[in-house]
Order: sequence, then structure tokens, then C-alpha cells
Amino acid sequence: MNLSKNLKNGFLILTACLVLTACATQKKTTGKMQGDVYTGSDSVEYLASGVPDRVFFATNETVLTTASRETLRKQAAWLRKNSDINVVLEGHADERGTREYNLALGERRANSAKDYLMTYGISSDRISVLSYGKEKPVDSGSNPLAWSKNRRSVTVKAN
Amino acid sequence: MLIRYLFIFLIILPIKVFALIEVDITRGNLNPLPVAVSPLAIDKNSKDNFKKILKKENLGSEISTIVENNLKQSGLFNPLNKDAFLQEPDIANLKPRFEDWNLIKAQALVTGKVTFVDEKLRVEFRLWDVLAGKEMMALAFTTVPSNWRRVGHIITDKVYERLTGEKGYFDTRIIYISEEGPKTNRIKKLAIMDQDGFNNKFLTLGNELVLTPRFSPTNQMVTYLSYFKNLPRVYLLDIETGMQEVVGDFPGMTFAPRFSPDGKKIIMSFAKDGNSDIYTMDLENRIVERISNHPSIDTSPSYSPDGKYITFNSDRSGYQQIYIMNSNGKNVKRISFGNGLYGTPVWSPRGDLIAFTKLHKGKFYIGVMRTDGTGERLLTENFYQEAPSWSPNGRVLIFYRETKTNAKGEGFSAKLWSIDLTGYNEKMVETETDASDPSWSSLLSN
Repeated sequence: MNLSKNLKNGFLILTACLVLTACATQKKTTGKMQGDVYTGSDSVEYLASGVPDRVFFATNETVLTTASRETLRKQAAWLRKNSDINVVLEGHADERGTREYNLALGERRANSAKDYLMTYGISSDRISVLSYGKEKPVDSGSNPLAWSKNRRSVTVKAN
Repeated sequence: MLIRYLFIFLIILPIKVFALIEVDITRGNLNPLPVAVSPLAIDKNSKDNFKKILKKENLGSEISTIVENNLKQSGLFNPLNKDAFLQEPDIANLKPRFEDWNLIKAQALVTGKVTFVDEKLRVEFRLWDVLAGKEMMALAFTTVPSNWRRVGHIITDKVYERLTGEKGYFDTRIIYISEEGPKTNRIKKLAIMDQDGFNNKFLTLGNELVLTPRFSPTNQMVTYLSYFKNLPRVYLLDIETGMQEVVGDFPGMTFAPRFSPDGKKIIMSFAKDGNSDIYTMDLENRIVERISNHPSIDTSPSYSPDGKYITFNSDRSGYQQIYIMNSNGKNVKRISFGNGLYGTPVWSPRGDLIAFTKLHKGKFYIGVMRTDGTGERLLTENFYQEAPSWSPNGRVLIFYRETKTNAKGEGFSAKLWSIDLTGYNEKMVETETDASDPSWSSLLSN
């Protein structure tokens, strides 16, 4: 009886721990975000198996996160294997900025992806850049998660 | 004539009454002036002819309604209900019975007459000071009948100017982007309409994304951004002929175009390798000049009305702020120092103010500041709004506002709004479709 009570308490403690951990992780990556960079896979498409087509950015930022660099290295490897394929990098911003500034910001985001692909051996001749600013959101929501999905650079096959 | 009128006026009336008829435009719509706009008189023959040509039952009433609506929209006037008018339009135009108009508390009275002469539309109108019992102004003009709406706008401009001492802004047009479809797949077209929303016309078909149209100083040309063939470039469009051309030969995206005040140059941003700088192109000799040269984003340039300075948006401090420089790019000075981000600076046609969009703590504001950055005033706050454009007299700003979508991402809309420089008289501008990126023309007639 005593044993079973102890076990029961132990089980409760264990559950509590699990709940707490769950909470802690949730706080860090609310929904599918880390900080305010999108980390989920909604809207992500694949250039080839295991090669995601897009990278995400923090608000007003153009620097690549660790996850983004990993995605771009996969893209670079795929591009090296498929030397006949050229790509367009489409840069986007969320709706929380003025239209003209966002056009410039999208261009800068696409170029930071381009620069990274180039450091992994992809010739700039094979990459063109196109900014859509905030004109082509993938998520029509007016909330931080939707905005995080829209701050992106998408690699699209050009031919 | 003006001087003589004022002279008589001052002698006959006490100062207090004088102050009533002069509209104080600096105080917004706190005390709109009661004004009676009598239907314009029309004889039977003219009425029948215009009915045949324009399909309007009574052109006299139609034109007076335009005047009435314009005056009401300005927020400075309170047009009185026509049901209370005692005098017939034709008699009132000859000689108003001022006691009658005084009785319904009208302080100013507009009367007039419409006639069909030699296939043309002839309009005369008079502005009367009811309290003084005097004619303030009398004008007549002749035009083609199809211009009848413009006649109403020109009358309003004259009345507005006579009563406020400032030029009007009614005989003007708005060029804007018409929007349709879901937020993730908007169809955008270049569109143009009269300032009051009538005579709407689409200038592109919606096959490619178009953004940020702006009028040339003479209103004949428009410069805008088009994604034709997926190459975002600044274009020039002749509204009359429909001729279009790319501005310059840049190896990358050009955007954020505007005309110089003399109409001879286009100023815009050119983005290359992640850096946007400001350039001009001379429309006569096609010479391209680089104006700013900085690794940051420099965009949204706008000239001062004398063409000597440029205000623009840059994030060289780390965040979007407003700057001013000489038109040759020298002497760059930051002028916005408040909390938050600042964008879309536009120089007022009077030269003394810069209107802008501000983003602070998740809210968007339209505001104005002096050209040295002092005296910042926020006129309106919302979830999302941007891109103010000045009325030609510098009294009103038009901008666009987008709604927040619900949890399912539904309910998106974009509309044009206008607000007085005083922060009063905020109004939605009716458009056939959703709308954004408005740009106000100058006065079509002076």
C-alpha cells in the first residue's frame, strides 16, 4: 500500500516535470517560432528530397540563422549536382512595414541567401534575385506566426 | 474687385460678422460654415438637351449636388438641406431675398444658371454673403457638356478659395492601385478617378503587379512600378496616349519613383546586390545620376517644391528614419528622432512640412513634421496605414489603410482615407474596388 502510494506520488512528480518541460520549450518556440524566426514546415516546399526551398528571417533582419545556413548548404549541394538548373531567389517581407522599404528589404534578404550559395560554390550567373516586398504573403494572417512565415527567401527553379 | 469688396464689407459690418464668413481653415471642422447651395437654374430647352446628351434629368441640380458634396467633404462647410430653401433657383440667382436665406441660418449662398448654347454647356454662378447682403463673386464658363462634373469641382474651388483665402483641391484626380482578390493572390491595377471617386478608369488590365503610381506636375504622365515580365522596373505612362516605357536601363530592380517638381527628372531607388540607393534620370537626355551612395537601404525619395532638397528614407542608423539632403546628394541630415520607425516622407506642396508614416509599438501613424524634424504631429493611428499624399493646396492628406484579418486570415481589405492637416475630418474615400497607394494630382485648371 505504502509502495503503491509512493509510486503514485512519483508518477505525479514525473507528470509535473513533463508538463513543465513542455511549457519551457513552448515559451522558446511559441508555435513554430524561435525568437520570431519561423521554424515550422507549413508552406515549405522541396526542390528535391530533403532540400527545403526557403529560409526565414527575423523582423527587419536579413542575417541568416543557423537553420537557414543549413538549408542553403543543402540547396548548394543540390545545385552542384544539377549544374543545368538555374534559380531565382525571391525575397519577401511581412506586412508590418512600408511598401517601398519592404521592396528593398526583400531584395536584401534574397541577396543574403545568394551570397551564401555563392560561398558554397554556386556561380552568380546561375542565381537571379527578385524582390516582392510584402506583395506575396503565403499566410494571410495578421499575427506574429503568419508574419514569420512571410519573412522569407524562396529558391525557385528558373528553367 | 476683391479689395473693393472687402472695403465695403468692413465699413458696413462689424468685425465679428466679418470673422464668421471668413472660414478659419486652421481649426478643422469644429465650426463648419452654414452654406446654402441653390440648385442651378435651368430653362426647359437646356434641360431637355442635356437630358438627351448626358442622361441627366436636371443638370442644374446635379452640378449643385457636386458642389454641395465637395463642400461637405472638406469639413469646413455645412451645406444646408435644400428642402428648407424658400426661393426658386432662377429668382435667387438674379437677386436673393437675403432675409429668407438668413432665416435658415445660411451665411453664404451659391446660386447659378445652366444653359445649352451652341452644343456647349454654359454655367454661371454667384457667391453671396447673406449677412452682408452682397455678391462676393460672379463667374461664367463654357465647356463641352461631358465636362459637367468638372464644372461642379471648379465652382467648389472658386467658392473655397474666396471663403478660405486658399486655393481649392476639388478639380483634381487621384491615381491609385485598385486591388481585388484574396490577400495571398491580389490582382492589382493602375486606376484613376476624380477626387470625389467618380469617372473611375482602369489604366492596366491586372496581368502584372503594379505599385506606387505618382503624377507628373502637369498630370499628363504617371510614373509607377510594374512587374512586367517579372522584372520590377520604374515605368512612365502617358495617360492620354497610353504609351508606356521603362525608365532607364538598370541591371536590377528600380522602384519608389517620383517626378521632380519641374517634371524633367524621375527620382527613384535602384537595388543591386542587397543595396538600394537613390538615382535620378533626366527624361530629356536620359542621363542617369547617382544621388546617394551608402551600404544601407535608401528609398522613398521626394523633392522639396523648389527642387533644391530631397527627403528620403534610410536605415543607415540601423532602423528606418527620415533624412534630408541637397538635390545633389550632399549634406545628408537625419531629421526624425522620435521613438519608432519612420518611412515614406513626402514634402508638402507649400514646402514647410514633411508628411510621413510612423511605426511604433505595433501601430501605424500618419504624421507631419517641419523640414528640420521639429514639431512632429501624429494625425491618425491604426493597425496598418501608410503612404500619405498631399492635396495640391497642402491642407489634406490621402493615404491607405489595411484591416487586420481574423484568426482564419479572413476579412482583409485596403481602402483610401483622407484627413485634414489639423487631424480632423478623417474620412474613407469611396472606390469601386479595394484601393491603395493613392497619389493626388495638382489642380487640373487654375
